[in-house]
Amino acid sequence: MKPVGVDIRHIALAFGATQVLKDINLVVEPGEFFALLGPSGSGKSTLLRLIAGFNQHQRGEVLIDGRDVTGIPPWKRNVGMVFQNYALWPHMTVAQNVAFGLEERKLPRAEIRDKVRAALDLVGLAEFAARRPGQLSGGQQQRVAIARTLAIEPQVLLLDEPLSNLDAKLRVQTRQELVKLQRRLGITTIFVTHDQEEALTTCQRIAVMDQGVIQQVGTPMELFDFPVNRFVAQFVGSVNLFAGRFRREGEALRFSSPALGELALPAGVEPPPGEFDLAFRPHAVHFVQGAAPASCLALDGAVEGAEFLGEFLRYEIRVAGAIVTADIPHARGRAPVAPGTPVALAVPASELRFVSA
Amino acid sequence: MRTSPSLAAVALAIAAFLVAFLVIPVATVVYTAFSDGQGGFTLAHFAAFSGISLMRESFANSLYVAGVTVGLATVIAVPLAYLTVRFQFRGAVLIQTLGVLPLVMPAFVGAAAMQMLFGRSGSVNLVLRDAFGFTLPLMEGLNGVIFVETLHYFPFILLNLSASLANIDSSMEEAAQNLGASGWRLFRKVVFPLAMPGYVAGASLVFIKVFDDLGTPLVLNVTNMLAPQAYLRVTSIGLEDPIGYVICVILVAFSVGAMGGSWWFVKRRDYALVSRGGVQAPRRTLTPWQSLLAYGWIAAMLLLVLSPHLGILLMSLSKVWSFTVLPEQLTFAHYATVFTDAKQMIWNTFLYCGLAALLDVAIGTAIAYIVLRTAIPGRQLLDHLVTVALAMPGLVLGIGYLRTFKGIDLPFGGGALTASWLIFVLAYSVRRLPYALRSCMAALTQVHPALEEAAENVGAGRWSTIRRVVVPLMMGGILAGFVTSFITAAAEISETILLTSRESLAPMSYGIYLYFQSVLGRGPGAALGVIAVSLVAVGTYLSHRLVAAGSPHQSPGGRA
Repeated sequence: MKPVGVDIRHIALAFGATQVLKDINLVVEPGEFFALLGPSGSGKSTLLRLIAGFNQHQRGEVLIDGRDVTGIPPWKRNVGMVFQNYALWPHMTVAQNVAFGLEERKLPRAEIRDKVRAALDLVGLAEFAARRPGQLSGGQQQRVAIARTLAIEPQVLLLDEPLSNLDAKLRVQTRQELVKLQRRLGITTIFVTHDQEEALTTCQRIAVMDQGVIQQVGTPMELFDFPVNRFVAQFVGSVNLFAGRFRREGEALRFSSPALGELALPAGVEPPPGEFDLAFRPHAVHFVQGAAPASCLALDGAVEGAEFLGEFLRYEIRVAGAIVTADIPHARGRAPVAPGTPVALAVPASELRFVSA
Repeated sequence: MRTSPSLAAVALAIAAFLVAFLVIPVATVVYTAFSDGQGGFTLAHFAAFSGISLMRESFANSLYVAGVTVGLATVIAVPLAYLTVRFQFRGAVLIQTLGVLPLVMPAFVGAAAMQMLFGRSGSVNLVLRDAFGFTLPLMEGLNGVIFVETLHYFPFILLNLSASLANIDSSMEEAAQNLGASGWRLFRKVVFPLAMPGYVAGASLVFIKVFDDLGTPLVLNVTNMLAPQAYLRVTSIGLEDPIGYVICVILVAFSVGAMGGSWWFVKRRDYALVSRGGVQAPRRTLTPWQSLLAYGWIAAMLLLVLSPHLGILLMSLSKVWSFTVLPEQLTFAHYATVFTDAKQMIWNTFLYCGLAALLDVAIGTAIAYIVLRTAIPGRQLLDHLVTVALAMPGLVLGIGYLRTFKGIDLPFGGGALTASWLIFVLAYSVRRLPYALRSCMAALTQVHPALEEAAENVGAGRWSTIRRVVVPLMMGGILAGFVTSFITAAAEISETILLTSRESLAPMSYGIYLYFQSVLGRGPGAALGVIAVSLVAVGTYLSHRLVAAGSPHQSPGGRA
């Protein structure tokens, strides 16, 4: 089947007086693995359910394969959805669950049997066909849910937090399988998650949502390296963020922040005009002996505490009135810097970002 | 989890009470049905039973009435339940009202009113005959029993099914819609099968209640059913007649079978996945045509369900009401009559039911504590024993009491136990104990054990903790249990008819039944019925309020 695109134009949706989605515009390319990433209440699940037909928008249109699906009921959309809790019917066997959508489509019996078999083979559960969902593990149930959805050969596959009910180890394994499956089938897939790691590792492009608005759309690296605002910077990865004002003094650029105090910015930094926050990732912070190189932002502080995370130590460092987080790679046998120790920090100019509030 | 000798003693005392007043009477009935009189086992009584054509007919009639009632109650209840739970719908309050109204009026009281409204010369048929020249045999023979019982018992299916439907995660339905199902097919293939546990529980309850009911057939003068036959055999031929016991065994077998069957059915299927947790989907809206149909259905049901209530009120206020659509002269005389003649009966009801309910909540609280908070071996047995009482028809327990306690005298020259008022208290308390126990169990489950541990931690002993922490926190549930036991005991008729040895001992329910035996007694009977219904209505309202008020303050800060 030819992969199709999903085009969302000026979508607005309110439940009563609560505006849940505000002028959403989004293009999901045919065959793309796309994520909607955001905290709970951001509107990501509402948008997904809207594409499936369970929510009705008040304004705008949803095009699937160029056709406006507004007003088409869920059961006529051919958009497959895998539910967060899988929603397997406990009164049917695995095979009956998978056959359900095919029966609704009134396919001949033999064809249904073949397709059920094929769908279960696809997820490696053919030998569990006669079991009841309650007799399967969480991971197996999730695969049945996927098989049930894929059996109807939907135009678009919607995944609503499909990994959230699995334990940590299984989650990593399952998301890799999910990526392989999606690549193999080439089906346009929209994945809803609140877990940035899940989105970054599986999807080709991500839309970060907050408060019913799309904050930024981009590839995982674009979002991480070039967040457009404070929310995206904080939600995708960890970040040090400081509000303040930029000031030009001849050639030199200065940043005065209520928390950090008065700082000289290294050469080559070009802040855009207007109000922006200074941002840099914890892993961009280095400890230096003596003065920092001229190409770096220099900060002086004292260690407050550290968390050992295996690959690196996450230091909390007091710099003037602020706490700067620094991730310092760990080498075998090296002792952590003791609390109270004064340290000099350097952040390369290329790692400094300016984000709007 | 601990044991203490004093609590174990309480558990033993309760077990002894249940054995004496539940197990032994029922066992006596069963034993008598299988005994040849010399201590040997025999099936001769069952053979004799099946040899009597009236018995075979009664058996078939009871099955027929119970089965058809379940079917009709399903037809009434299923659309109502589905409407309230799944659609955006203003009539939800009306449907909830529909679910409670019938239960406040004992079926046998409603039966008399239904006779006046739907009987051969009742209001409806008088109008039909004048206008169209035909009548409907709504109250003829078994039809009448089915009609009355359907209107009385359909709420059991409505309430259980609604609860079951409300517990289905909306994603279960959405997944089906996502895969292409809608409308009737969605209901038939996914929604109804998932709601099956609630439906089966409700339907089996209706079946048992109808199968065992004695009051309604007697008031409607239908005797060719099992329960009336058992009553007639025991009262007219005597306590020695084995056929009555054979019928009792059949009633018990069906009750236990239906309850066990529904339990097995739910257990067998794996409904563990039907859990809440997903997003509650917005309820669907009705199209104008569907709305019209829905409101029409509700209005028709409301009218039917209210008819016995209106009927009984009219009867209680009418001077004469015979062969007219509505009574022609109104009077308060019947209420005056009742207040002078039946004062003793009203008092008896308060005395018996009050004491029985008190006994129920005391035992219920004790069992709840023993089961949920101690490690006393065999404690679950108490819970199971009480559940058995739920399956015991009142008729069977009544006959069992008469047979078992025949010739046993009260100490201190109190006379025969079966001829004293104490027998009512015992009989009512044993049969209503399951209700009180459920209520107490639910209340204690909501009390976090940490609250008790906190009391013990600051120095309160076991009994002090129970008295000062556990019981006060359970109070809402205990009071609700008391009220439920009280009102259901006040409306009880099967045991009451059997155990009433003389009029001065009779409670109100017997009084109503007695009045209805004569045409002249209809007015006063109805007046007493109105009083009983008001009592039950107030009690039902109270217990709903108590349950609603009792829940919030019981979990310690923070959520589990």
